[in-house]
Amino acid sequence: MAQNYYQKEIETMPIEEMKKLQSEKLVKQVKHVYENVPYYRNLMNEKGIKPEDVHGIDDLHKLPFLTKTDLRDAYPYGLLAKPLDDCVRIQSTSGTTGRRVVAFYTQHDIDLWEDCCARAITATGATKKDVCQVAYGYGLFTGGPGLNGGSHKVGCLTLPMSSGNTERQIQFMMDLNASLICCTPSYAAYIGETLREQGYKPEDIPLKAGIFGAEPWTEEMRKGIEATLGIKAYDIYGLTETTGPGVAFECSEQTGMHINEDHFYAEIIDPDTGEVLPEGSKGELVFTSLDKEAFPLLRYRTRDICVLSRKKCSCGRTLIKMAKPMGRTDDMLIIRGVNVFPSQIETVLLNEGYQPNYQIIVDRVKNTDTFEVNVEMSPEQFTDKVGEILAMEKTLAEAMKAMLGINPAVHLVAPKSIARSEGKAVRVIDKRKLV
Amino acid sequence: MAIRQLTVFVENKQGSLVAITEMLSENNINIRALSIAETEDFGILRLIVNDEVSAEKILADAGYLIRMTDVVGVKIGDAPGKLSATLKVLDENNINMEYLYAFMARTEKHAYVVLRVEDNDMTEKVLEDAGFHLITQADICKL
Repeated sequence: MAQNYYQKEIETMPIEEMKKLQSEKLVKQVKHVYENVPYYRNLMNEKGIKPEDVHGIDDLHKLPFLTKTDLRDAYPYGLLAKPLDDCVRIQSTSGTTGRRVVAFYTQHDIDLWEDCCARAITATGATKKDVCQVAYGYGLFTGGPGLNGGSHKVGCLTLPMSSGNTERQIQFMMDLNASLICCTPSYAAYIGETLREQGYKPEDIPLKAGIFGAEPWTEEMRKGIEATLGIKAYDIYGLTETTGPGVAFECSEQTGMHINEDHFYAEIIDPDTGEVLPEGSKGELVFTSLDKEAFPLLRYRTRDICVLSRKKCSCGRTLIKMAKPMGRTDDMLIIRGVNVFPSQIETVLLNEGYQPNYQIIVDRVKNTDTFEVNVEMSPEQFTDKVGEILAMEKTLAEAMKAMLGINPAVHLVAPKSIARSEGKAVRVIDKRKLV
Repeated sequence: MAIRQLTVFVENKQGSLVAITEMLSENNINIRALSIAETEDFGILRLIVNDEVSAEKILADAGYLIRMTDVVGVKIGDAPGKLSATLKVLDENNINMEYLYAFMARTEKHAYVVLRVEDNDMTEKVLEDAGFHLITQADICKL
């Protein structure tokens, strides 16, 4: 059986050697950040830590954490560790108001990111003989550019489709014999359904494998996609703060994602105390960028709840594995690929003169997220005219769209009609079965 | 002069309407006229009752979203063309109507129309000038 490694030496490196490599990189990285990022230097000084105190990866726990709040406070250049002259690219998160993350890359950073994606692509069995259809969005979003770069590194013929225009996706896939597709799992399911409706059977479709990520998905969804497209579906994980997709990727065993830990060191911490938990514990996933130059986040708290495992993998990789994230430490929802915080809904309601009595209901129908917001009306707002109530709903939906970037269905409801638990309204009902 | 309409917000759920009517009947409140405007998600129940003050209190205490609105009540003959004649008067006087509904009385041979307009005083004046007989909340109790 083919081994499917892109950088075999790293991917199968004995654990002790990996630890040595990580330690060397960390010592250098801490010095680089301390010298070039006043924001993080201050955090280290507050904790009384100097770069000399970090001798290796075992000293990592001494360093302060970075959170999304730090990223916001330091926006846009506060965490930049290289002169802008040396940077060649930015990428950004889907960017809901006030929480946009802008990440900077030097050519070195782009190269290592693309290497990570190349490892993910190679792990599916793809080689330079393959045709790789990238149907992630291109642009500020990291999905398209990351997999595009990885595909180039592997030497695949790359189809830079970006997302959308399903008819054209199918035409290129069939006419140019795409053998690998990279996109969000919900889009893969949609393309699969469309192909089925058009009468294609799995054996008519040239695809062999797919790499899917950027949103939560289930084993059930995986089985559905694999069946309709006649492929093996691989998971991929990443976040803009760290680099983008390719931070971790799945191998043929499909039992978790190997973390590219020569570049991104993972820890699991207790989200309340910040204490590092032993392997196998469930906790918050924290990443340290070991050798990125321009935007090297140390101990960045992802808010994803996860478990790490060093169990021996049948693929031969020694890279540590992470389970699919099991939830979040904050109340962030990912709806149609967009990050939504209930507090944003609350802000809109207060701006529009409503009490913050609301409930968000998220579901998934035909592989697409539905997004409803119920809002309690006050007696003063109630009127006997239907048209006025519908207009109020429309105004609220538009204000939420402006804040979030996605369109909710807003329903005005009677006061105190939203279910309360121990006096507190239940803010979010997520009916999607994702874990 | 106007009559008083009690508007109730009704969720589109099985049993929500009967809960309201039962509550009113238990308190001996008689519904004279009603109309429901509905959307996919909710309904707006408009009621003319014999004792609107009690009805309002009962429903408010039960947590319903309610609103009391003055509407115009007009008596029209129970014969073809009577409603058209009424509407024509409003039209000729450029009075915009939000909605209307009608009901019959048990005793006399008359129909009644409830009109929801922006300007009640103006509407009442043009109808009276045209010879229509308006009804009041006091009349409602006697019907």
